[in-house]
Amino acid sequence: MRALAAYLAAAALAALPALADPGDVEKGQKLFQQCKSCHQIGAGATNRSGPHLNGLFGRKAAGLDGFRYSKSFQRAGAGGLEWHAETLDTFLENPRAMTSGTRMSYRGLKNAKDRTHLIAFLRQYSDDPANIPEADPTAQGIDHDLDPAILALVGDPEYGAYLSGECTTCHQAAGGDDGIPSITLWPEDQFVVAMHAYKTKKRNHPVMQMIAGRLGDEEIAALAAYFKDLEN
Amino acid sequence: MTLNRRTFLSTSAVAAATLAAPMVRAQGKPRVVVIGGGAGGATAARYIAKDSKGDIDTTLIEPTRTYYTCFFSNLYLGGFKTIDEIGHSYGGLAAAGVNVLHDWAVGVDRDAKTVTLAGGGTLNYDKLILSPGIDFVDMAVPGWDISAQNAMPHAYKAGSQTELLKAQLKAMPEGGTFAMVAPPNPYRCPPGPYERVSMVAHYLKLNNPTAKIIVADPKPKFSKMALFQEGWNNHYEGMVDWVGEDFGGGNVSVDHAAMTVTIDDEVTKVDVANVIPAMKAGRIADIAGVTDGNWAPVNAADMSSKMDPDVYVLGDASQQGDMPKSGFSANSQAKVCANAVRGALTGSKVFPAKFSNTCWSLIETNDGVKVGATYEATAEKIAKVDGFISQTGESADVRKATYEESEGWYAGITADMFGAKA
Repeated sequence: MRALAAYLAAAALAALPALADPGDVEKGQKLFQQCKSCHQIGAGATNRSGPHLNGLFGRKAAGLDGFRYSKSFQRAGAGGLEWHAETLDTFLENPRAMTSGTRMSYRGLKNAKDRTHLIAFLRQYSDDPANIPEADPTAQGIDHDLDPAILALVGDPEYGAYLSGECTTCHQAAGGDDGIPSITLWPEDQFVVAMHAYKTKKRNHPVMQMIAGRLGDEEIAALAAYFKDLEN
Repeated sequence: MTLNRRTFLSTSAVAAATLAAPMVRAQGKPRVVVIGGGAGGATAARYIAKDSKGDIDTTLIEPTRTYYTCFFSNLYLGGFKTIDEIGHSYGGLAAAGVNVLHDWAVGVDRDAKTVTLAGGGTLNYDKLILSPGIDFVDMAVPGWDISAQNAMPHAYKAGSQTELLKAQLKAMPEGGTFAMVAPPNPYRCPPGPYERVSMVAHYLKLNNPTAKIIVADPKPKFSKMALFQEGWNNHYEGMVDWVGEDFGGGNVSVDHAAMTVTIDDEVTKVDVANVIPAMKAGRIADIAGVTDGNWAPVNAADMSSKMDPDVYVLGDASQQGDMPKSGFSANSQAKVCANAVRGALTGSKVFPAKFSNTCWSLIETNDGVKVGATYEATAEKIAKVDGFISQTGESADVRKATYEESEGWYAGITADMFGAKA
């Protein structure tokens, strides 16, 4: 157990890229190929099945008029999420950790270095980075991967049922989602990733940061095990 | 490496629970009687009936057939909700297996373990849960007692009183004066009086813009004060005059025949007077002999009374420590209590207590704010762990999202209390 923890800590350190690595725009452009079928960028870019990505840095989530965003994105924007290198890095690593109900089917870019390149590429189409380098530096990716041991925990649904009392004061057990999202029938791994994103404050929302902040790994696993099967 | 919830639990939380052996009964099912069908009592009754799957005989005693929630009743005053939107029947609880008795509990014999009803019956219990809400302290505001509640409504138990206050608000003459006498701590819903001021101001701004609101307050400060005062300045400039303790707000008396409010010896003729007196636990807690002063002290781990291990007190009536007296708190406490009661009666697993609270308030259309915290049980009390509050100067988007969230919460908590609507 201790040896595993030491190994994981070492792995996490090794995954950190060199400080102030600006990312390689050309490599980023190649990586953008996988985004192109839905997102346009550059001169004349318009909204397609995804919003255009010009002027993305500093844009509020769900911030473009005329694009129909998911409820999840609208909530994230209303909650203060803005796109900068750090938030994009978290988002690109696993979009559903930040916005559980995004319509974007992309599963995420797991390699931190690749994210740095992609963000560097995207940065070209916001205000010139040379003019305001410190406002939105094309920062290096930070590895946000959740410890695989946490994802591997087997939750106890009976304990989850008890703990869920704290959730169902706001989130309807019957699955209604007016003003507050539904959390029933949520795939277990996505539930766990989202709760840990709140716990570590990568995902915005004061109530959820507070609630998740004191949930242990076992408790999050138990809740995930309970809600994944909860039907009215 | 295997990490498994069950093995983890067997060594920690459950170890403590299994020390208390389940109650052995010679005959019949164990019986739980719940008095009071609000956020605490309705939730406790529903969870015990639902989770015991019929193994516990659960009775709820609640005199009213339609429960009007105190939370969101200010939004009715402001015109954002209808009275029907904040009314709930007990049909969902009956469907969940709760025996719902529309009667008054008038006596508790803790030795015989019986509850007597105004209607004449007597109920036996193994565990008794009291969730009676609040009553008012006699003569807390000189000149006001319960016989004056039609001339000067408290509107702090929702329903007919709230409708009366709304009718009086509508009938105010142009440029008239609305007075509120705010209560001293501790009281139900700390931001409630100030959300009410906001909702009254919203109504007056639209319908009677030269009217004034004066608040006599015995406290030097109040919940979400900076947020409310910012909102009053932004939305209702010059309309609200808050007189706190420093300016004599605690030295107040009323004359309901003359319709005057006297604050620090200055007599003001008013058109509406909303008097919210000092509060105490609902009277049945006193009758049951589980109060110490105005409130009923409880153990934080399971909400059991410090006077009797077979009696539990939830919500506003309880004296538990750091949690505010709110519907959210009562609902949270009820679930901890239900888990403990079920464990004691049937031997089901008892998990460690966890509590939380969030209070949303509406200041003006789409201008919502919130405050919340998490709590844990210590040997002495329910103790605050962590909290947050909305900030002054937040964007309109954030405030709108906060309001929409409060509507989602309302749908959530009322479904949690009464069951999903049929």
